[in-house]
Amino acid sequence: MNKTFDPEKKLYTLSLLVQDIPGVLSQVARLFSRKGYNIESIVSGETSQPGLTRITIVILGDELMVNQITAQCRKLIPVQVVKILDEETSIQREFAMIKVRAEDRAARDEVIQMANIFRANIIDVSRETLTVAIFGDKSKTSALIRLLSDFGILEMAKTGTLAIERGLSSIYDDSKLRTEYNYGKNVL
Amino acid sequence: MTGAEALIESLLQEQVEHIFGYAGATICPAVDALKAHPEIGYTLVRTEQNAGHAASGYARISGKPGVCMVTSGPGATNLITGIATAYLDSIPMVAITGQVPSYLLGRDIFQEVDITGAVAPFSKHSYLVKDANDIPRVVKEAFHIASTGRPGPVLIDIPIDVQEQSLKRFAYPAEVNIRGYKPSVRGNDLQIKRVVDAIAQSKQPLICAGGGVWLADAREELLELAEGSEIPVVKTMMGLSLLPTDHPLNMGMIGAHGNHCANQALAKADLLIMVGTRAADRAVVDPREIQRRMATIHIDVDPAEIGKNMQAAIPLVGNVKVILRQILDRGAPVTNSAAWLEQLTDFRRAELNRRFPHREGYVFPGTVLRKLGARLDDDAVVCVDVGQNQIFTCKYLPQKNGRLLTSGGLGTMGYALPAAVGAKVARPDRQTIVVCGDGSFQMAMNELAAVRAGGLNLKIVLFRNHTLGLVHQIQGSAPYHGPFGVALDGSPDFETIAQAYGIPSLTVRDEDRLDGVLDQFLAAPGCGLLICEVHPDVGTND
Repeated sequence: MNKTFDPEKKLYTLSLLVQDIPGVLSQVARLFSRKGYNIESIVSGETSQPGLTRITIVILGDELMVNQITAQCRKLIPVQVVKILDEETSIQREFAMIKVRAEDRAARDEVIQMANIFRANIIDVSRETLTVAIFGDKSKTSALIRLLSDFGILEMAKTGTLAIERGLSSIYDDSKLRTEYNYGKNVL
Repeated sequence: MTGAEALIESLLQEQVEHIFGYAGATICPAVDALKAHPEIGYTLVRTEQNAGHAASGYARISGKPGVCMVTSGPGATNLITGIATAYLDSIPMVAITGQVPSYLLGRDIFQEVDITGAVAPFSKHSYLVKDANDIPRVVKEAFHIASTGRPGPVLIDIPIDVQEQSLKRFAYPAEVNIRGYKPSVRGNDLQIKRVVDAIAQSKQPLICAGGGVWLADAREELLELAEGSEIPVVKTMMGLSLLPTDHPLNMGMIGAHGNHCANQALAKADLLIMVGTRAADRAVVDPREIQRRMATIHIDVDPAEIGKNMQAAIPLVGNVKVILRQILDRGAPVTNSAAWLEQLTDFRRAELNRRFPHREGYVFPGTVLRKLGARLDDDAVVCVDVGQNQIFTCKYLPQKNGRLLTSGGLGTMGYALPAAVGAKVARPDRQTIVVCGDGSFQMAMNELAAVRAGGLNLKIVLFRNHTLGLVHQIQGSAPYHGPFGVALDGSPDFETIAQAYGIPSLTVRDEDRLDGVLDQFLAAPGCGLLICEVHPDVGTND
């Protein structure tokens, strides 16, 4: 129903701080599936605070839908913070390892050159293959993957997007309490 | 002290007075510990689902979380519908399930299911306890979570070895501190001011009150605001009994199955004040139309409800009772609603005085309910099931200052009888009535045993039309091709069933005899069953 309000969809990055307890990742992911939202990527990892895990989720949606899922996520007891990060005030990165077929010298040289242009690293070499590791934003990794596919990608492992805010602001600024009481124009 | 004893001791600390349960192997230690505490009452229901419904009825009448306790595996899965029913109606409940030994979890052993995983989509929270030393904290948190903010069911799953494990020491926590759980209580002052201004500027204001008003115990505040500012009130099914039917500001129930007057009011208002309601599809059929036509204020304790079904111009998050008091503290806003009220009152009067259709050899449910309601105690509790009986009761049963309990959110058939068991246990002094159909009664009639065992004085009104009436009605119009699979063939003679349980019964087929039969039915001591013969083609819009 929300879709009818705003047909314009774009990628949103949600950052969640959750208690590190069994099942918490599936609890969060389930909320998205039950609403019929597709998760583009999801990354979970430890934080500087013991017992707390940070989950970064990228979804394709409109503003209403993102606000609604944010409110729903906040209702989960193990979820402590949910923040919508925008591209301008946050840094977003992903990491990929790409195994490319490179059986002759010319191919190897070209792959290495390509890796250099993208400031990627060669992390494994064999007679038939090269494995390239790249770290960067989505457009950079996608561009390299596209170029390397000409050589034949044997396999690839890639993380989802990780995001962190620029400057002094952090996920710890935003407690459930503050956002719920924060009525600038709308509770959302 | 064992984990099981710690569990019961913790329940005592939470002032639990009654448990609805069904014992089984993995919950035996807890049941055994309960035996030493006769101060906690126990009702053995006849299927686990009804333990949930009974706890729900208990919670709604006592105002405290209802507690149910069943065994693992099928006991737990049977309870799922009870938990989901409570979740959709935001009823505070703590459900305790036994579990297979923790060291065997995940091996699909006898009577093992992942119940915390299974109820996750429709429980407020759940715990799988792996160490008996956690039991006091978990119980404390469970009751806190179940009963604060937007109430809801919380599940505690306790493996049998944890129930048997010895605690180092038992200390019941005095306070709860859950970092990720801080429900809003007070409304934002700026928003309160905007609400008061909006009410003062409106000419055709309308309050739409839902079950959240009951949950926050804010009936008094709601009436004070409505009366003080002369704002007519419509209700959702969950908020139905908030105002007596003859209250001059009561305009009835909104929705697809609601009163004509209430829906007219909703269509014509210039300001809609939603209080403790999520405005789900059955209540507000076209939320976008409402949004387009009028200003809306949405008062709710759950921030996730704001903008879920309807985008409100002025959202106000917090405890409904506290927020209404905050508004009233500024002095009830003065509205110029006299002309508006007069217009609605005419609609209302016409509807209340409408004549019901009559068929020889049958009674019309509206006629029965109107006469029944007039005879009930002022604070009677009426538990109504799901189907045509629910729609008729919500539309036509005159309300006084009692309660109407029904499964409004999930629409669970078979809710009424077990809910009435819970309600009667909570308040044996209150007259408690069950209204059901012959379909829903057969989903729960095994609970007549719990009724008898508890010596509970329930009066059951059964509308018998030999079909699943509401589905029959739906199938009667396009795109369907007429009733199929709904005839209740093979149903027993309910008088004989009642007799088997030692419950007297009456059958009425003649509207001329209704007054006498109702008097006799209500005056008789103990339980009673009244079977009302209804024509199968009777529809809720007749």
